[in-house]
Amino acid sequence: MAETTTHVAEPTRRDFLYIATGAAAAVGGATLVWPFIQSLAPDAATKAAGAPVEVDLTPIAEGQIVKIFWRGNLIFIRHRSAQEIKAAQDVNVASLRDPQADSERVKNGKDQWLVVYGNCTHLGCVPLGNAGEYNGWFCPCHGSVFDTSGRVRGGPAPINLPIPPYSFVSDTKLIIGQEATA
Amino acid sequence: MSQHSTTYVPKSAFGRWFESRLPIAGLVHSSFVAFPVPRNLTYFWTFGAILVFMLVSQIVTGVFLAMYYTPNAAMAFQSVEHIMRDVNYGWLIRYLHANGASMFFIAVYIHIFRNFYYGSYKAPREVLYILGVIIFILMMATAFMGYVLPWGQMSFWGATVITNLFSAIPVVGETIVHYLWGGYSVGNPTLNRFFSLHYLLPFMIAGVVILHIWALHVPGQNNPTGIPIKSGKDAVPFTPYATIKDIFAVVVFMIFFAYWVFYIPNYLGHADNYIPANPAVTPAHIVPEWYFLPFYAILRAIPDKLGGVIAMFSAILIWVFMPWLDTSKVRSTAYRPLYKQFFWVFVAVCVLLGWLGSRPAEGWYVIASQICTVYYFAHFLIVLPVLGFVERPLPLPNSILESVMGVQKGGAGMPAGANAEPQSKG
Amino acid sequence: MMKRTLLIAAAALGLSAPAFAAGETPVPPQLKWSFQGPFGTFDRAQLQRGFKVYREVCASCHGLTYVAFRNLAEPGGPEFSEAQVKALAAEYKIQDGPNEAGDMFERPGRPADRFPAPFPNENAAAAANGGKAPPDLSLMAKARTYERGFPWFITDVFRQYSENGADYLVALLNGYEEAPAGFTVPQGGHYNKYYPGHVIAMPKPLSDGQVEYPKNEAGQPQAPETVDQYARDVTAFLTWTAEPHLEARKRLGFQVMLFLIVLAGLLYFTKKKIWARVGGEVDGHATPPMTHNP
Repeated sequence: MAETTTHVAEPTRRDFLYIATGAAAAVGGATLVWPFIQSLAPDAATKAAGAPVEVDLTPIAEGQIVKIFWRGNLIFIRHRSAQEIKAAQDVNVASLRDPQADSERVKNGKDQWLVVYGNCTHLGCVPLGNAGEYNGWFCPCHGSVFDTSGRVRGGPAPINLPIPPYSFVSDTKLIIGQEATA
Repeated sequence: MSQHSTTYVPKSAFGRWFESRLPIAGLVHSSFVAFPVPRNLTYFWTFGAILVFMLVSQIVTGVFLAMYYTPNAAMAFQSVEHIMRDVNYGWLIRYLHANGASMFFIAVYIHIFRNFYYGSYKAPREVLYILGVIIFILMMATAFMGYVLPWGQMSFWGATVITNLFSAIPVVGETIVHYLWGGYSVGNPTLNRFFSLHYLLPFMIAGVVILHIWALHVPGQNNPTGIPIKSGKDAVPFTPYATIKDIFAVVVFMIFFAYWVFYIPNYLGHADNYIPANPAVTPAHIVPEWYFLPFYAILRAIPDKLGGVIAMFSAILIWVFMPWLDTSKVRSTAYRPLYKQFFWVFVAVCVLLGWLGSRPAEGWYVIASQICTVYYFAHFLIVLPVLGFVERPLPLPNSILESVMGVQKGGAGMPAGANAEPQSKG
Repeated sequence: MMKRTLLIAAAALGLSAPAFAAGETPVPPQLKWSFQGPFGTFDRAQLQRGFKVYREVCASCHGLTYVAFRNLAEPGGPEFSEAQVKALAAEYKIQDGPNEAGDMFERPGRPADRFPAPFPNENAAAAANGGKAPPDLSLMAKARTYERGFPWFITDVFRQYSENGADYLVALLNGYEEAPAGFTVPQGGHYNKYYPGHVIAMPKPLSDGQVEYPKNEAGQPQAPETVDQYARDVTAFLTWTAEPHLEARKRLGFQVMLFLIVLAGLLYFTKKKIWARVGGEVDGHATPPMTHNP
């Protein structure tokens, strides 16, 4: 067969051609997938709409929990009473499932303001405020219990309610989505 | 696909275990590896592979577009602009899809006219051919509904004009149109159902394509001589010979495709479709997409509403009868000197009809459309049947090998006796 | 090229006017654009000037509602700085809400907002403009064109001519003139040479010196403050608003074409190599058969 002769005559060049063609086709195919995968990521409008939001704290009364949205995520802003702060602080941190002191969960000197994501860390339901054994939050879906610092104290949730990035612009205004630059 | 007498034996133990339960590897092997292909196929025979590529391309880009598009009359236009502006590479995916429709039709028209030229529609490939006509009709329906989705001025008015065709049907016409619209005019229900069908039809096309390929594998491929494979020397195995040629042709076609997408992406569209749909204002010239133009010209050539609609649909349906309208014993036009001239006149008439379809329906354009329409039907109803009796074809070569190997020494080809085309029966 | 220059000159001198009877529309001259061709890019300074013209002249009646303020800072556009865009957005009032009391309220714009429409709805726009609503300009450069005709529509493919919308817009903005004798312009209409039917609802929008352009080091305006220059600049800006990813598209296109040509070349030789096993590729058929048989 003609094939045999060519093969013997120029083995390396023939192999090189096949490998080069196969490699080029593979690279091309992989690159073609890229824009399609990229299109699945949050689009430019969504990203721009995810800009930090400012919240005016003046209308939030003591004991009140306000819900706001940032990037489509629910966020609780809780104006804690002195009693609730004390309850959050007087806890043996080592005994917690996800050990974290209350001071790590609020901004220094702003103990009355607790800002946490509003979805249970178990499977994402919205816990009810001022409810449960510790009067923090109680999740009606699977019975997770959170204290007044948003830490998990019972039920299936594995970790505390996470804290979104935020910072105080003034005493009565905070900006969610942006940590203080200093 | 039909060759169950496969000699394929998987190498691995798992392969043999699996093959005895689902012989899919053997099916693929007999259909796309060992399948004997006439060795003299030209690049016109690569358009089948190009069309498969285009179908896959349209489905993939379409599935992604559907993730970002909103089929609601109030939001459709805006959602398309959202895709074009905000979605990452959204502009690329949309331009691929919009221009892909045109590329699909360019490829399908070449495929169809190759079939006309080489008599591929003739026995024993009639069913294969009719399945192809069905695919073409499904493609037209899909393309038409797809063009409605951006909900621009041409979308809206194109939908209005084309759906109104059905109102020409006596007695039930108006009711049918109301059912098509889901209302008393083209509106949100129409858009919503067109979206649903536009998503469904490509998968129906894919189904018929499978049948089309299946039907191809029964008689095997036609070839430029039109004479069947007589010995193994007339053929080569599909893989690697046809595979590599098809892949090369697909990549060359991709260059052509990319040129439109990246450099003139709006050339084949209409400026009016960048104006949101407005039921109070009709664009100055309603023109369908280029691939519908010949049929649109036939529609407008007939000065009667029902007559025009019948003529337009007949122009496609007449294709179904071609295997029986063509009385010639010879397949390939290469051996039909007289028909060759008629073939090119027919091609010219089709192109002319396309151009006339883009002109306003006035003056001599109408007369020219009418002349072309008459010739179009005469080609099928007079030229094809009569020529078979009148024409004296050139002598045919004894075999494909003899035809193509006239000046060349014979090659290896298929092992002798690997295939005998069942065509000899027909 | 020479022919085109002549055409432009003829159009500028108004020489072409008598050639068109009433009802006929002259063909807009084809201009030179920085964004035409396979490597075309926008002229940033031109887009910024064009935006100024839009803002000071067009924006009072025409919306730009598909464009967001943030787009003005994105690569491939006018590329204003983030700070400029933030300040610009804040100058606009955006309706938001409802607030806790259930009321809609207005707040300063943010970069993520889109340009607010100048009228609350189309009817209001029509009512305020003599019965015809001024169209949104976001897509204007792609939504307008002019008849190319045979054989130009074929050569356009090879020339990659896709600036027909832009050429038309410049021609239109320059096309206001006195109606020829015998042509009656109806009440509320204005004569425009390039507008189909010649009667356009929009009054002549631009006049020389109307918009102040940024000064260069010599203290001269960056570009002439003339109707023609305003028209070109605002059209370039509107081409960008209609096709904000034009630069990315052409750039990616070049890379794709280059890759595909290399791949096609490799495949061609691979195919030749494979077909050599059976004595090379033989296409087609012999007609009439075997006359040259050795």
